[in-house]
Amino acid sequence: MKSYQATRTAPAPDSAVVRGPGEVEVRLRVNGEVRRMFVEPRVSLLDALRDRLDLHGTKKGCNQGACGACTVWVDRRRVLACLTLAISCENREVTTIEGLSEGDTLHPMQQAFLDADAFQCGYCTPGQIMSAVALLDEGHAGDDDEIREWMSGNLCRCAAYPHIRSAIRRVRDEQEAGRAAR
Amino acid sequence: MSPAIGATLNRVDGRFKVRGESRYSAEVPVTNLTHAVLVNAKIANGRITDIDTSEAERAEGVLAVLTHRNLGRVATVPRLLPSLAGLAAPGQTFFPLQDENVHYAGQPIAVVVADTIERADHAGTLIRVAYEPAPATTLLDQGRDRAYVPERIFGGLLPGQASRGDVEKALAEADVRVEASYRFAPNHHNPIEPGASTAVWEDADRLTIYDSTQGPSAVQFTVAELLGLPPISIRVVSHAVGGSFGSKAMVWHHPALAALAARHVGRPVRLVLTREQMFTSCGHREEQEQRITIGARADGRITALRHHKISLTSPFDDWAEPSLQSASVAYTSPNYEGVYHLVRGNTITPTFMRAPGEASGMFALECAMDELAERIGVDPLDLRMRNYSETDPESDHPWSSSGLRECYERAAELFGWHERDPRPRSRREGQWLIGTGLASALYPVTQPVNPQRARARIYNDGTAVVEAGVSEFGTGVFTAMTQVAADALGLPVERVRFVGGSSDLPNITAAVGSAGTSAVGSAVHLAACQLRDELIRRAVADDHSPLRGADPARVEVRDGKMVLCDRPDVGETYADLLHRTMTPDVEVLGTWNPPPQDAGYGVHTFGAQMAEVAVDADLGVVRVRRMVGVFAPGRVLNRKTAHSQLMGGMLWGLGQALMEATRMDPRLGRWANASLADYLVPVNADAPDVVVDTVEVRDDVVNPIGIKGVGEIGVVGAAAAIANAVHHATGRRQYELPITLEKLL
Repeated sequence: MKSYQATRTAPAPDSAVVRGPGEVEVRLRVNGEVRRMFVEPRVSLLDALRDRLDLHGTKKGCNQGACGACTVWVDRRRVLACLTLAISCENREVTTIEGLSEGDTLHPMQQAFLDADAFQCGYCTPGQIMSAVALLDEGHAGDDDEIREWMSGNLCRCAAYPHIRSAIRRVRDEQEAGRAAR
Repeated sequence: MSPAIGATLNRVDGRFKVRGESRYSAEVPVTNLTHAVLVNAKIANGRITDIDTSEAERAEGVLAVLTHRNLGRVATVPRLLPSLAGLAAPGQTFFPLQDENVHYAGQPIAVVVADTIERADHAGTLIRVAYEPAPATTLLDQGRDRAYVPERIFGGLLPGQASRGDVEKALAEADVRVEASYRFAPNHHNPIEPGASTAVWEDADRLTIYDSTQGPSAVQFTVAELLGLPPISIRVVSHAVGGSFGSKAMVWHHPALAALAARHVGRPVRLVLTREQMFTSCGHREEQEQRITIGARADGRITALRHHKISLTSPFDDWAEPSLQSASVAYTSPNYEGVYHLVRGNTITPTFMRAPGEASGMFALECAMDELAERIGVDPLDLRMRNYSETDPESDHPWSSSGLRECYERAAELFGWHERDPRPRSRREGQWLIGTGLASALYPVTQPVNPQRARARIYNDGTAVVEAGVSEFGTGVFTAMTQVAADALGLPVERVRFVGGSSDLPNITAAVGSAGTSAVGSAVHLAACQLRDELIRRAVADDHSPLRGADPARVEVRDGKMVLCDRPDVGETYADLLHRTMTPDVEVLGTWNPPPQDAGYGVHTFGAQMAEVAVDADLGVVRVRRMVGVFAPGRVLNRKTAHSQLMGGMLWGLGQALMEATRMDPRLGRWANASLADYLVPVNADAPDVVVDTVEVRDDVVNPIGIKGVGEIGVVGAAAAIANAVHHATGRRQYELPITLEKLL
């Protein structure tokens, strides 16, 4: 057991590299591409994406982790970019709405949102779609109750919720039909 | 070619939105950009005795700290006039940072400009302010003894009181009287995109503002007056707006403050309101109480209606949302009295919030109607039909169109209303008490007072562009306008592009009061029709045209080809004509002169709302299980986008009924829950599936395309239907919104 004295006299200094508080170089891998920027360590992933990388598809609705408009994936998990420091995402894979579709072809969830009119003003939509795609990967779209619950971190003030559920159901059913066919 | 109007076209901007490509106001790329943040007063009343900005000014990256000491005076503060009027439209007749006085908590007292948002934010925390506070009024109950009846409300547009017949006598003689008071918590719009302005000075008298607004020209006119510049100096651009619900209907301080800050630092400035600032920077639905007395005969026929409202307004303006408007004409009532009472308090001037007035006024009326139905033992739907008025009870003019009966019939069928057991607490599923309720929806059709314009241009390849200065904040107006223009020109929608979102385009009033689509739609329709007629005129006058000499009235356009109505094989395309005559394009300006508000008809939109709730018998939790809304909004331009708006409106009614309340902490005079975590709005789990349907009514009075608007009517009555369902489930009447669970324990 370590004694107080032993701790105090431990010779090893903190081995972590101290960076900041001024601007430091941060490298992010975003949508498969390495992006370099000089930012203060206090810069959120959200502001880094929007203001430094012009990836404005990720939206700022509350900057407090309450609305879900800034939902992106970090290592394929849903994350609120406003509550995440950009510097903490080094060596991780960040995916935003801009990285979802392949070229001009919409991701099936984007197409389903479009067809179901699952949005009006469109401001929460990128976050909704990032959540919705992750939801299917997580296996949280078994029935409507489950979709309701696991999509409740993304506010839609236009209240397109019933249409959001129908878009998710469509993609889920297409995926299941696709798997059954294989 | 089938008509585009009425079809279920996907949103023309939808592809950009699902890819995150639409640029909202804070996302327009600007070089040399700086960031501004507002610092807000922490007291509700009093004065600033000292403001020390030295530490903030020294902070890294800071370019300027502006307060009342160095901002400079604005040229004029325009009068408060609803933006539908098409003129300058400030949200209140007070502009901050002009002196040391504080009138409400959250009033801007400093603007910090820095090179990054983080540095501006941090510097804002370094400003030291000393106040001399004074007693404040922030709750209705603190000022009831000082209530007054204003001469006019709503920017001077409506009288403070109105009456017809002899209400006291009729109430005294009534067989049945229902009297009740309803209290409403303040509500905030909370669009997910906060208000945002980016100001760019091209030179000393040329300013571009990228602003999140319902009315680009309203921002242009308002900022011009504040800055003392001519309108030609200011261009306002609004590409995509992330929701508004009334918070961006009037012009608040941030566009002008961004412009002033940008001029001060000599660089472009972006000013984005924080979520907390959204509770103190762009108005709200005011705290209010309404007292209703209905007098009726034993058969339920209403003989008298008395409707009083008392609400809190600002020190500056006599503002009350017009809660007594639709309720005064919803049913036959020969004797009527409506009075607004106001109390001045320490608040920003309240403002429009979706279904402004009707969301609260029709709640009160429709809950009282439910009580009357119960009192005399009549089905609530039957009571509405017994009191249905074939004419506008105020003017006795016929309705331009109604459809209320048809809405109720259709809603009853979709909902299964007639299977209902009217006795309260008659249905139980386990721990859940089940109840159903209904309410009428009414919303006035308000006409813009000035001409509305749109420009239509066709190119010699047969594609057309149609332009008007309206912004797209989720209504689907760009999509609907593409359809209107396509039908009038006889072109498929793929060959028509609608461009909006700038004050440089033909002037359209702010899209408010459910009047936006009718204003721009009428102008677009007229512009496109005139353009089509011009091309037909040229064709029949052209010696080389197959249509030479034809009667223009006998020519129609199908898929871009002008043909004889009775000989569709004879004709030529727009492109053929323009190529042959070596014409690059043809352009016309369409102008719609709206009819006067009183054109010999009562003009209202009608609908019927039904809801089913489950109330936990032990815990008081209310869940809305299903909602049916049927509306008669005149012509429906796009079934898909119109239904989305109506559905969203109904779910707004759910929020109003069960969740939405901004709570005042009267000790501090500040909002206690100014965040999206604490101000509850419906989330996905709260929203049931919603059945929306429309009844087509033809209306030749309101505008050339017969549309009455879908923006607000979906909200009206939804909360009352839910409250009435809660009573049916539990036997307990609800007199206060929102209906939180402690009220049911």
